[in-house]
Amino acid sequence: MGSADRWDTGLMPGMEDLYREIILDHYRSPRNRGELESPPAHRVEGFNPLCGDEIVVTLEVRDGGVSDIRIAGTGCSISQSSASLMSAAVKGKPVTEVRELIRTFKGMMSVHESTLPTAGDGSAHEDAEATEPEAIDADALGELAALQGVVKFPVRIKCATLSWNTLAQGLDEIEAPA
Amino acid sequence: MAELNGSDRAVDFASLRKDFPLLAREVNGHPITYLDSAASSQRPFQVLDAMRQYDETTHANVHRGVYGIAEEATRRFEAARINVGRFIGAPDPSREVVFAKNATECLNLVARTWGRTHCHAGDTVVLTEMEHHANIVPWHMLAAERGLHLRWVPIDDDGALILDDLEQLLDGAKLLALTCMSNVLGTLNPVRRIADLAHAAGAVVVADGAQSVPHLPTDVASLGVDFLAFSAHKMLGPTGIGVLWGREELLSELPPFLGGGEMILDVRKDGFTPNDIPWRFEAGTPPITEAVGLGAAVDYLDDIGMESIRAHEITLTTYAMAALTERFGSDIHIFGPKDAAERGGVLSFTFRDVHPHDISQILDQYGVCVRAGHHCAKPLMRRLGVNSTARASFALYNDETDVDTLVQALDAAGAFFR
Repeated sequence: MGSADRWDTGLMPGMEDLYREIILDHYRSPRNRGELESPPAHRVEGFNPLCGDEIVVTLEVRDGGVSDIRIAGTGCSISQSSASLMSAAVKGKPVTEVRELIRTFKGMMSVHESTLPTAGDGSAHEDAEATEPEAIDADALGELAALQGVVKFPVRIKCATLSWNTLAQGLDEIEAPA
Repeated sequence: MAELNGSDRAVDFASLRKDFPLLAREVNGHPITYLDSAASSQRPFQVLDAMRQYDETTHANVHRGVYGIAEEATRRFEAARINVGRFIGAPDPSREVVFAKNATECLNLVARTWGRTHCHAGDTVVLTEMEHHANIVPWHMLAAERGLHLRWVPIDDDGALILDDLEQLLDGAKLLALTCMSNVLGTLNPVRRIADLAHAAGAVVVADGAQSVPHLPTDVASLGVDFLAFSAHKMLGPTGIGVLWGREELLSELPPFLGGGEMILDVRKDGFTPNDIPWRFEAGTPPITEAVGLGAAVDYLDDIGMESIRAHEITLTTYAMAALTERFGSDIHIFGPKDAAERGGVLSFTFRDVHPHDISQILDQYGVCVRAGHHCAKPLMRRLGVNSTARASFALYNDETDVDTLVQALDAAGAFFR
């Protein structure tokens, strides 16, 4: 057995990459929590079949922009904070910019996913086409860059991307020809 | 384990741990604390060696060659069948034990053969609220195909089945599917009592033994069910092989499951004649090495004795429930029966408002392996009012030290998410 330090959470290597202070803050105090009345707002649900987490995104698009957004549902610290950060980042933005942000965020997840130092599991080659060394615009991501550490924990990537995929689905549904 | 013989000797469970090579490894710089045997158990040298020895000295395809090692391979394969059948008290092991991929495939086999033969539009199948998806979805699929009604036996807040209205639920039912032991709650169901009521109502009983067979003495005759499915990889054996036991008179009247070699007596341009049971349900080359491994796992469990294993796990579960409750009080909620004698060594819990994913992530940093999620039992999760739980589950190689480590790691997780 290890020394008494074994139980000191401060010493957990790698944990601080996953559970950054911004992430824990958004987990404890989620922004834009709740549901908008739908209609008029558009409501879309996302599921993580791995863990049973469910997320509900309600959003309003007016004049080509995301005029309002709310997040409901339950999830782990990563999925909840990612959804909270996302809601803050996209609210008031033109849909084109939001789509670009979704692309950049998912790029951050997949770029790093493919360059993980997880030797021997053979999974590093799976996303070859997504591995084009695409420069991540840290300025564009802002606080969202805090979620970068998630990619070191592959099973948690789906937690971080759940709300983003759900938002993308919602935008697709809104913009689909009636 | 040569020192273990007779049934009245005390088993030194601590000494068994060294039989499991994986338990010697470290995770994140800590000795591994493996608490996920309800998902898959670890394998002892005795199983690994038997499979390797078979592969190195005996392997050939079964039921085909007339040459020596082919005959020997067939003998080993069929001996495993007899061994497994004897382990669960099958009256006729050579005919009643079917090998499939896993317990899930076994349950699908029953739905596709017995279900398709006997269930027609408007018929009813009865399930319980605590079933694993493997014992729900095959019946959903059959119901959609045949236009069946599904009825559900409810559970109470302690995770026990509510049997007050069982006779009404069973009225007119063709089939009852239930688990012997919940993979989430640990609840041990009164299978015999329920099966007798089902039979009185004219229903056939399909039991999911995936959690019970590895941890409790099993005797199909006294269980009173018609079919019993379980997986090798939860009982110290390899992945890739599961077992379906079925009553001989039921199996013998069923049509084949999958088509191919092995399951036929004759194939002509105008049709085929299926093989006798059990091979009728085993199309293609079966998992031969895995059957040898399963046979060795059964021998290993037999040497220790299922009564001893059960007693060890009751002791450990009692200790764990007391330790967790003492340390965390109302911060922890453990689902299922309070009395360890009424449950298996499966502890699903929620811890304050910390998400099970986060708990599992922090515990992993200390080498503690617990499952987090819905445990393939979403209807049960909805009944419990949660999306997911964390779950620690025990096997014969776990001890009080593992529980102490779990408590300390959980303490650290609590401090982290304060």
